[in-house]
Amino acid sequence: MAEIMARPTGKEASRFSLYDRDVQAILFQVVVVGAVVALVWYLAYNTVVNLERRQIQTGFSFLWRESGFEIGESLISYSAASTYGRALVVGLLNTLQVAIIGCVLASFLGVSIGIASLSRNWLLAKLTAGYIHFLRNIPVLLQIILWYTILISDRFLPAPRQAESFLGVFATQRGWYFPIPDGSTGYWAALAGLLAAVVGVMILRRWATARQLLTGQQFPVVWTSVGLLVALPLVAWLAFGAPTGLDSPSLRGFNFQGGSRISPEFVAVLFGLTIYTSAFIAEIVRSGILAVPKGQTEAGRALGLRDHVILRQVILPQALRVIIPPLTSQYLNLTKNSSLAVAVGYPDLVSTANTTLNQTGQAPEAILILMAVYLTLSVSTALVMNWYNTRIQLVER
Amino acid sequence: MKLFKTAAVTALALGAMVGTAEAGPTLDAIKQRGQIICGVNTGLGGFSLPDSAGKWTGLDVDFCKAIAAAVFGDAEKVKYVPLTAQQRFTALQTGEVDILSRNTTWTLARDTQLGLNFTAVTFYDGQGFMVPKKLGVKSAKELNGATVCVQPGTTTELNLADYFRANNMTFKPVVIEALQEVNAAFFSGRCDVYTTDASGLASIRKNDAPKGESDNFVILPEIISKEPLGPAVRHGDDQWFDIVKWTIFALVEAEEYGITKANADQMAKDSKNPAILRLLGTTAGNGKAIGLEETWAINAVKAVGNYGEIYERNIVPLGLPRGVNNLWSKGGLMYAPPVR
Repeated sequence: MAEIMARPTGKEASRFSLYDRDVQAILFQVVVVGAVVALVWYLAYNTVVNLERRQIQTGFSFLWRESGFEIGESLISYSAASTYGRALVVGLLNTLQVAIIGCVLASFLGVSIGIASLSRNWLLAKLTAGYIHFLRNIPVLLQIILWYTILISDRFLPAPRQAESFLGVFATQRGWYFPIPDGSTGYWAALAGLLAAVVGVMILRRWATARQLLTGQQFPVVWTSVGLLVALPLVAWLAFGAPTGLDSPSLRGFNFQGGSRISPEFVAVLFGLTIYTSAFIAEIVRSGILAVPKGQTEAGRALGLRDHVILRQVILPQALRVIIPPLTSQYLNLTKNSSLAVAVGYPDLVSTANTTLNQTGQAPEAILILMAVYLTLSVSTALVMNWYNTRIQLVER
Repeated sequence: MKLFKTAAVTALALGAMVGTAEAGPTLDAIKQRGQIICGVNTGLGGFSLPDSAGKWTGLDVDFCKAIAAAVFGDAEKVKYVPLTAQQRFTALQTGEVDILSRNTTWTLARDTQLGLNFTAVTFYDGQGFMVPKKLGVKSAKELNGATVCVQPGTTTELNLADYFRANNMTFKPVVIEALQEVNAAFFSGRCDVYTTDASGLASIRKNDAPKGESDNFVILPEIISKEPLGPAVRHGDDQWFDIVKWTIFALVEAEEYGITKANADQMAKDSKNPAILRLLGTTAGNGKAIGLEETWAINAVKAVGNYGEIYERNIVPLGLPRGVNNLWSKGGLMYAPPVR
């Protein structure tokens, strides 16, 4: 092997031979790269020339033109007088909103169901197996549309004019309206207190683990954390005058004004995506746990550890190695499946980009933007998950 | 040496491929294919709607049939491609369809930026609002704060935003792409208001409302925009543009001269009016000018009738009288340039 790969020396070193493997390798790579570049260049050139011939406008200047259309819900202020660029940003924020919340909920649901499917309780195991098999096999678009049809049907939820409030929350077919705190400083202080408490809990856990490793004494981390998370915001809230003002929704004319609203479109997309993806995550978690040798559980029991401690401290750290890579794929799938929101009218990125594409006629630019954004989202998610994977990996020989 | 040869030939082949993909004249492609590919609506009664056997009927469909008759002599040589409002322009721009006959409004942006040419107006329409009677709304100016169902990628969406802004009102849009889904959302009560062209509202109220509930919905009197609807073709092919345009004008002129589907043959033989003889091809000249057979116009009229007959068959059942879509001589806007 070494003789074949070594460079020829002496008189032969200067002779260029096509039978030399190194030369062949380099030449082949040059040809392949050249072919790919030529193909890409041909496609781009063809597109540009045909666009010119049809006199269709090109370029990205449309992003600064007035959009002229309204968007149903947005996290930032937007009106028909805003630019197309801003419309795309609104769509992106809506996509991120449903993707992030969906990933978190799907993970919780999936992990719980995955662990439950391994339970020794026969009914629980069978029910969760049924859940997984059933929901993995129905296309996610159908699930989203099913949820939407239920949520907007007037047989399930009343119209705004017939809605009655339950603890200040109105559930209608137009959405779920609930009161939110008005903008008093006390509420912002409470929020700051909560964030401080979260940081405090993280520091506390670090310190408690270090202390346990050093002295073997356990510290009641859970109860202290709960206390911190409740006490700090409460103290901040009281310190700023304990405001209790609420911005409540009230029916004025056609719809509710005031308060905040969760739209049925958002809920339909969220439920459809979450439940569908949770079935996949459950299977991944189940396979990850089963991948850990049975001897580990038995050894844990021999040591007298309780089942939930075994799961948390012995099984899961080993199972996570197997779980994280396919879990990353499921997160990416969920993010990309959120583009199905266009079928129910949730204004995500694909929906706003589609409308922009239609009103300006600039299809290649809009699709390029869409592809670039989804690529960025996917690559970022994968990078973060890979970093986490590396961090929790068990170091082996 | 062998590798060099392969590499050289590959490079040459790739180089030769780098010509642009020629988009040849549309008429040649159509004649070679043997049928016209017509982009239509997914299902709008009166304009383009498939029945349970898959047969398409409607105003837009009839114009496609007329053009097929003009080109081939056979009105059935058409393939109908249902397109949503969001897909329609890309389908036409890329050449997936030859003609977009899909109740599309003629606007500056579409005529210029999108690279389309609008041939003629086949239906003068305007945008309106439909609301359930039980809301007790009598005018569009009372709609402040309402939830409005609308399709994306339409002039409807833009006009809606403009109208509410101009009148200092706000609204919440529910924007759904598929027409059937929008209808379902409106009739289930998700939105207070449905907005689209007035002809579309009449059609949807008649055909898509739940059984027996058509009368529970009212179309408000305000018409907030001009919506001249007509077929569109791509930039870059003047001959095809002329063919489509003049077929439509021929059908309008046929109504002006009283030529109908039933009497077209007899008129072509017996008429004393030189204008009619020219129109129907008995006197040669027009066909050669456009690039079709001399019987192009009479074939179109025999296939679908004149403009009035097309309107009677498709639009009058929706409850819409001729109104502005009548001939100019009867007080409407349908005015064809002389077909000579």
